[in-house]
Amino acid sequence: MLNYIFAGMIIISLICSVITGSTQSLAQSIVKGCSESIDLLITMAGMLALWSGIMKIADKGGFTKIIGRLLCPILRLLFKDVKKDSKALKYISMNVSANLLGLGNAATPFGINAVRELKRLNGNDDKASDDMIVFVVMNTASIQIMPTMVGTLRQTYGSLKPFSILPCVWISSACALAVGLTLAKIIRG
Amino acid sequence: MIDLFMPAFIAVVIIFGLIKKVPVFDTFINGAQEGFKTLYSLAPTLVGLIVAVNMLKASGATDLICNAVSPISESLGFPKEIVPMVLLRPISGGGSTALLTGIYKECGPDSFAGLVASVLAGSTETTFYAIAVYFSSVKIKKIRHTLVAALAADFTAAIMAVITVKLLLF
Repeated sequence: MLNYIFAGMIIISLICSVITGSTQSLAQSIVKGCSESIDLLITMAGMLALWSGIMKIADKGGFTKIIGRLLCPILRLLFKDVKKDSKALKYISMNVSANLLGLGNAATPFGINAVRELKRLNGNDDKASDDMIVFVVMNTASIQIMPTMVGTLRQTYGSLKPFSILPCVWISSACALAVGLTLAKIIRG
Repeated sequence: MIDLFMPAFIAVVIIFGLIKKVPVFDTFINGAQEGFKTLYSLAPTLVGLIVAVNMLKASGATDLICNAVSPISESLGFPKEIVPMVLLRPISGGGSTALLTGIYKECGPDSFAGLVASVLAGSTETTFYAIAVYFSSVKIKKIRHTLVAALAADFTAAIMAVITVKLLLF
């Protein structure tokens, strides 16, 4: 997918710049883009490392597990095939709480285990079950307490209040999640 | 209030870690190392995509796209700078980060477009990637209505980003 997008962007740029006569600035933009990307990586390195470190402490202290346990009753309402103490529910709740904390790298392995369990509950069919759809939609609508990456980028570019966006982010992702889950539940087929 | 959120959040996590007898500094170092690894793996993607996005901008192609869809985006109240990001967000995380930094540079992170773009980036995921990772890991071939529901969620997030920024921050 990205192969075509990358190629498309470059080909379109070339054609466009020939038509609009902006070939000189196109050449400059390549050189500038390279140094810009590295500048960006360097300026955000500190904040990203800091947050990864802080979130690791939260994870080690059992934050993920505690949130996971709190989420279990809610999650049980969303998934119809999973039983109270099943492995699937455990993995799902760990995945969701890791996502909430912005631990994307930790969330993925839990998530893969969760879909594996859901597939088993669905008799190993190669068709996605209702529960799997609910689970994946939940993962595509990012629910994060602390969007550290965006905060870091905002700080890097000189925002006065990098985290002022938090309430907006929470409301937007909650609404997105609600719409996604509703559609996942009501569309049949 | 919200200014206190970040320092307070860090303090709460560390106090919580101490209570739970976590070796807080060692763990911090460990996690920060992972942060650098993430950065390291992100670097090549960002170089490629920021160059590509810069080229699109310099060639005038982004303006053409933005102007072409401006009747639709305007009626939804989207600032036209964020249109490319709305389109690319579900497909590529690196690509949308490249666009996000472009918006910050051009309009500033605290401008209307900058704020909407921030909220959009914070409240959505790389939908196609998530679907691919989870379904291919267990060899699911028919994904049924997953994509429809997920993209509808992304679209909702984009609209809500505009609405919430207008109501709460601008």
